[in-house]
Amino acid sequence: MIRRMTGLPLRLVRLLALPVALVLGWWGYSVLSPSFYVPSPTRIATAFADVWFTRRILDDVLPSLGRLLAGYALAALLGIALGVAIGSYRRLRLTAEPVLEFFRAVPPPVLVPLIMLVAGLNDTMKVLVIVSGAIWPVLLNTVEGVRALDEVLADTARAYGLRGPSRLWHLVLPAASPQIMAGLRQALSIGIILMVIGEMFASTSGLGYTVVLFQRGFQIPEMWSGIVLLGLLGFLLSLAFRAVERRVLYWHQRETHA
Amino acid sequence: MTGRLRDIAYGILGLGILFAVAEAVPRLGLISRDFLPPADEILHTLLRDLAGRELWTALGETMRAWAIGLAIAFVLALALGVLIDAIPGARAATTSTVEFLRPIPSVALIPLATLLYGADLGSSLLLIVYASFWQVLIQVLYGVADVDPVARETARSYRLGRWTILRRLVWPTALPYVMTGLRLAAAVAFILAVTAELVIGSPGLGLQIQLAQSGGAVAEVYALIAVAGLTGVAVNLAVRQLERRLLAWHPSVRGENPR
Repeated sequence: MIRRMTGLPLRLVRLLALPVALVLGWWGYSVLSPSFYVPSPTRIATAFADVWFTRRILDDVLPSLGRLLAGYALAALLGIALGVAIGSYRRLRLTAEPVLEFFRAVPPPVLVPLIMLVAGLNDTMKVLVIVSGAIWPVLLNTVEGVRALDEVLADTARAYGLRGPSRLWHLVLPAASPQIMAGLRQALSIGIILMVIGEMFASTSGLGYTVVLFQRGFQIPEMWSGIVLLGLLGFLLSLAFRAVERRVLYWHQRETHA
Repeated sequence: MTGRLRDIAYGILGLGILFAVAEAVPRLGLISRDFLPPADEILHTLLRDLAGRELWTALGETMRAWAIGLAIAFVLALALGVLIDAIPGARAATTSTVEFLRPIPSVALIPLATLLYGADLGSSLLLIVYASFWQVLIQVLYGVADVDPVARETARSYRLGRWTILRRLVWPTALPYVMTGLRLAAAVAFILAVTAELVIGSPGLGLQIQLAQSGGAVAEVYALIAVAGLTGVAVNLAVRQLERRLLAWHPSVRGENPR
């Protein structure tokens, strides 16, 4: 009990000491040598409240998030479905592999001008941009996961007459899920990047557009507040992802930690 | 050996199918030629570009930003990782900060880079360094944490110096992790190099794509995208090769060779 009492404050100190020191350092720096480009943390905090706790949440932030989730979900669905199909058949996998490696190596933002051209400037284009980049890590990791299916497990399932959808649901997907989750994690960070870039390119709303607008108008604290918001978003989404991952893979982690 | 040849044949077949589909779809009118020119037209443009100078200059600019940015990020991350390992308590104190800064999407820094450096190499470097730094740092931290405590105690009882322990014990243990970090960072750095050129307009492959798109040269856009993809593949292969050479002694790589 006593141990716990001393343990918690110590943990809090460890958790907060460096971030607090960094913010203080920044603040001290901005006071000592005021710079146009690096405003003080308090200015940014005020700007943050002024800019984002307004209708902007409804007009810019939420639609961006909606497109991100739509694109991410679509990429996950397509990636897993195609990945299972390709991973299950050796010849199909061997045929598809070089093509997939090529598409994965294409830097995803490069496709933005192309998708703009084909789909026009609308929500569909922005969702497609996200799908076009986020699908590859999911697809390739699913292929790997399905391919590495434990042979004893597969034989046992066959002996028990497990096939079709129930084989997929009870054997293939769970066995591949650690790999699939790894792919989904990469896809999430790529999705965020593409959400921002899609909006920076050609858009009249959204987070990326707003941040660039501030930058072009030399509204520096406002621009920083946008950067902070994007950072928070990335951080929170990765926390959320970790929570989901822990639930989906609880059996796997228990196994590996034992 | 024949099995391997057959595998490669399947791969070539796959690329052939891709080419055939990209050739047939616009010719049959399924997708307008304005959006997807037939594959032979793209190939023709690509070959013409490869014969010219412009493409190579642009590619050179991109790869220069990539190499400089990656080198800076790698050295910084390596130094910081080793430092965090060497100072007692530093790991616990830095975890929250690292976990907070790492998921920040590097493209969030695009406006800042534009303000500070404009359409210049500096912009690319800022984005590349930020994005690839975390990839390496995380792996270095995993790596140095993986050192066998018994081996460490043993080294200490033999009175090995700090430097010797670092050189003979920590470095070999961490090297596989460091190489993984380098591999991930190299891919990310390439993506960010092209992205910076595309969005901010610093010279390079990305800027060429942007120019071709706004000029309506669709086949050119596809050809340049193909160049970007092939370069990405080459980057991946090169780093993998390096990894294999440096880790030739390591069980994970040694096990791969006989196959």
